[in-house]
Amino acid sequence: MSGGALFAFEDVVVDRDGVLALNGFTAVVPNTGITAVFGPSGSGKSTMLRLCDRLEVATAGRVLYRGLDVTELDPLQLRRQVGMCMQRPTPFPGTVADNLLVADPQADESKMQEALEQVSLQGSWLDRDATALSGGEAQRMCLARTLITQPDVLLLDEPTSAVDVTAARTIESAVRELADASLAVLWVSHDPAQVHRIADHILEVDHGRCVGGGPIMRDDPRSGGVGL
Amino acid sequence: MTGVVGWGGLATSLALVVVAAGVSLWQRLGLERQILWASARALVQLLLVGGLLALLLAPNTSLWWSWAWIAVMIAYSGDVVRRRAPEVPRLGPLAVAAFAAAALITLGVVFGLRIFPLQARTVVPIAGMMIGNSMTATVLVARRLVDELRDKRDEVEARLALGQSSRQAATPYVRVALRSAVTPQIETTKATGLVFLPGAMTGLILAGVAPVQAVLVQAVVMFLILAAVATTTVVVVLGLVRRLFTADHRLTTLSRHTG
Repeated sequence: MSGGALFAFEDVVVDRDGVLALNGFTAVVPNTGITAVFGPSGSGKSTMLRLCDRLEVATAGRVLYRGLDVTELDPLQLRRQVGMCMQRPTPFPGTVADNLLVADPQADESKMQEALEQVSLQGSWLDRDATALSGGEAQRMCLARTLITQPDVLLLDEPTSAVDVTAARTIESAVRELADASLAVLWVSHDPAQVHRIADHILEVDHGRCVGGGPIMRDDPRSGGVGL
Repeated sequence: MTGVVGWGGLATSLALVVVAAGVSLWQRLGLERQILWASARALVQLLLVGGLLALLLAPNTSLWWSWAWIAVMIAYSGDVVRRRAPEVPRLGPLAVAAFAAAALITLGVVFGLRIFPLQARTVVPIAGMMIGNSMTATVLVARRLVDELRDKRDEVEARLALGQSSRQAATPYVRVALRSAVTPQIETTKATGLVFLPGAMTGLILAGVAPVQAVLVQAVVMFLILAAVATTTVVVVLGLVRRLFTADHRLTTLSRHTG
């Protein structure tokens, strides 16, 4: 069952000093498209995402990545394959190029420009001070920084919650293009309209459990998927 | 007059403590009891240390007693550092390791290269100055590193998420912490002689030693302290990085200082 899945969660519990962030979370994330992790604040969405990148580990249960238990994988290798973008932009001090070189020290100028263009930033921005970028620009730069590592999977933790509408739409369309080019994406969101716009699949999370999921049903009633 | 202070002189100097307590009373600071207690405690501690030093410096006393004294100083300093930065996890043993490493290096240079003769009258005070002057920097560097990693947690985790090891991810914050802890000692070293006359030199001059000789001793002590501060702080931060991150390169939960 879990062998063909991108991620599989098997009865996962995350206990933080007596507070259960996840409480018997069981779900399967498909290997293609954009999967939206949807639910109210504090439901455990971000915790679930952090487990995928092993920034956090389960107190009980298992998290499988392509059928392999993440605790048995080298965390550094895993994180190179599973790229993650945080909720708030996290530009490092220095220029945009300095930021991209943290992710890929061997990257040449053309590779860095290509990464910027993937998120609709101009290649000429390499010399800009990364900490002086606007929120939306900084978040796109962070996305480019993740993409330059050429991950197999992209984890996005509410990447548009701290940016304006225009920047949010730019990020959405950039990620859509990446997903269409076969990059699997896991996108945490609490905005139903956004989930409807971007997602191919959905996982609904509430009180630390997966309470529903499946392909998104849009205009085609024959799809048999989940409506929003 | 050589600057030797007698018991009468000591008693008279208590008038200076009365001045400090008087300021507290005048400005209603409520610190009089603390000033009197601190002064009394310092006096008793110094008299005890003086008595023990007299035993250590006696001609027939083995030098091993001096090394034992230094070991006790290091252990006690580790405990002081731990109490001054309670928010830093398991800092005590790390500080002890840092002071021991600094003692090994600095005393190794000073005595191994025969800058000073290896005697109880040199080894104990020099080790005391080295450890005493490194304590503040040790507390400062540990606190600063924890503050940096806690306050910039998103940034640190973004680095980890890019596949950096915990050591790589911590490097920028380690540098900030080290700079903040070592810079005051560099400033002190730069200002020596211009802004203030340091304790060792002042003591030697008061005791009747020729100023040039006092200056030479003080210069060696300053360099010793600089090396000790650099060594203790780097040992502490490198040790802390291992403790603040897990073996699988995750940043642990860090508490905030509430003191």
